Amino acid sequence: MAAQMSDAHRRFLQVLMSHGIMEGAEARKLHRCCCEISKAYYAQDKLDDFVSTINNQLQPLFMQIRKGMSEVDGRTHYALVNMAETEITKMASDYAENELELFRKTMDLIILSENGFASSTDILNSADQLKTKKMKKKEAEQVLKIFVDDKWLSERNGEYTLHTRCIMEMEQYILSTYPDIAKKCNICHSLAIQSQACETCGTGMHLPCVGKYFKTQSRPRCPQCNDFWPYEIPDRSRIDSQSSSRRIIEPYGDPTDALYKEVILETATKMKW
Amino acid sequence: MRAERSGLREGDDEDFSVVPTQSPSQVQRNLESRSQEEINRKVTELVQFLLVKDQKKIPIKRVDILKKVIREYKDVYSEIVNRAGRTLQQVFGLQMVEIDTKHHIYILTSTLPRVEGENLKQDIQTAKLGLLIVILSFIFMKGNSAKDSAVWEFLRRLRVHPGEKHEVFGDVKKLVMEEFVRQKYLEITPIPLTDPPEFNFQWGPRAAKETSKKDILSFVAKMQKKEPSFWISQYNEAKANT
Repeated sequence: MAAQMSDAHRRFLQVLMSHGIMEGAEARKLHRCCCEISKAYYAQDKLDDFVSTINNQLQPLFMQIRKGMSEVDGRTHYALVNMAETEITKMASDYAENELELFRKTMDLIILSENGFASSTDILNSADQLKTKKMKKKEAEQVLKIFVDDKWLSERNGEYTLHTRCIMEMEQYILSTYPDIAKKCNICHSLAIQSQACETCGTGMHLPCVGKYFKTQSRPRCPQCNDFWPYEIPDRSRIDSQSSSRRIIEPYGDPTDALYKEVILETATKMKW
Repeated sequence: MRAERSGLREGDDEDFSVVPTQSPSQVQRNLESRSQEEINRKVTELVQFLLVKDQKKIPIKRVDILKKVIREYKDVYSEIVNRAGRTLQQVFGLQMVEIDTKHHIYILTSTLPRVEGENLKQDIQTAKLGLLIVILSFIFMKGNSAKDSAVWEFLRRLRVHPGEKHEVFGDVKKLVMEEFVRQKYLEITPIPLTDPPEFNFQWGPRAAKETSKKDILSFVAKMQKKEPSFWISQYNEAKANT
């Protein structure tokens, strides 16, 4: 029962593309908005069918809208990912050689770390030793900011980890490039960058997966070796969002509609032609 | 580096500045010498290339399309571009628009019907667009060109200063004088024989394509709670422009 591609689908795709990645609730709201705007039939709770229709068109272009879980809050996200190449070079259309090298080094640091984070000090030190073209600390800081803005990395207290969007897009690449080091979650079997691991047997799990798994247990034990689980179980009710809440915008819309309230309201009183 | 590329050096623009003009039957013959698969692959590469560049609002030069994507398939260039255009339209609701016919520079615009602002909320991109609208409207109301000192004085009243780091925009001077110019929203040219150097602000080609004098005037009118026709010369100009 494959539906036809319509303006509702195209609008959804344009907005998702400009965000790169969207939370499930936002994506559902966008689905409803797009159907309303295009006066198309809106099947509530059928977002996945809606997305399938788009994916059929995206497949020949080696792109897909994928669903994935955020390692931070466990929420489902939708991201537009590139399937064409499995290497980091797929990001290459936008970045210089040495910027890509810095990204690879950052990824190395993140995956080799205990907690899935690389400190900015370590990253900036590696910027000094790039083989392609050395980067000064100032420049490296700028590049890191661009990676965060472009949602390849996310930053917390001066430390960097991989953004959910990056994990969703590069999971296969990471698992094949770091076969012995990259961890997989024992519960959901997906790649785990940030995780809690049993001290005895090394079994690792995503923090949200830990929260879900141990929800009903008073004395949490490792699912593999049954030793006591040594960590604090993440509280599922506490929301720790990865970034400030994103809202829906019209990326190619009429710019005069995209009014920035504070600036514009002030303008209203101050504009004197 | 692939062996077949050894004949062309980096920066050798000669081959890529001109597209051979061909009759449809010539293109047809050239097409027949390539496999469907090869052509499809090139179309896909071009679509991805265009999307990536446009997401960053970087205008796309034909020279880059030829050099980085089309390469040895130059003889079927028009077919690849046409098919890419159809894919962009069918899947994304986007089209290629030439904003510079002399140097052949393109942007992507949406072909979907425009939406009124109700459901729209904000983020940093939208905030930047808001600032841009304010600048574009100032330029228009001043007769399509304004001096940099006038623009900054105007923005100062909105508590946006070129010297200070703005909490939303960061380095505003960089945003306005570099990013907006690079994205072709503004055109900033130095005024000759000025010391210290002064600059002239005008609309860039992307601004002209993505909005209109009519829209900008109605924005000003909404803000001032007046009718657009209140500003006679701008009103006539906006009308003539449609």
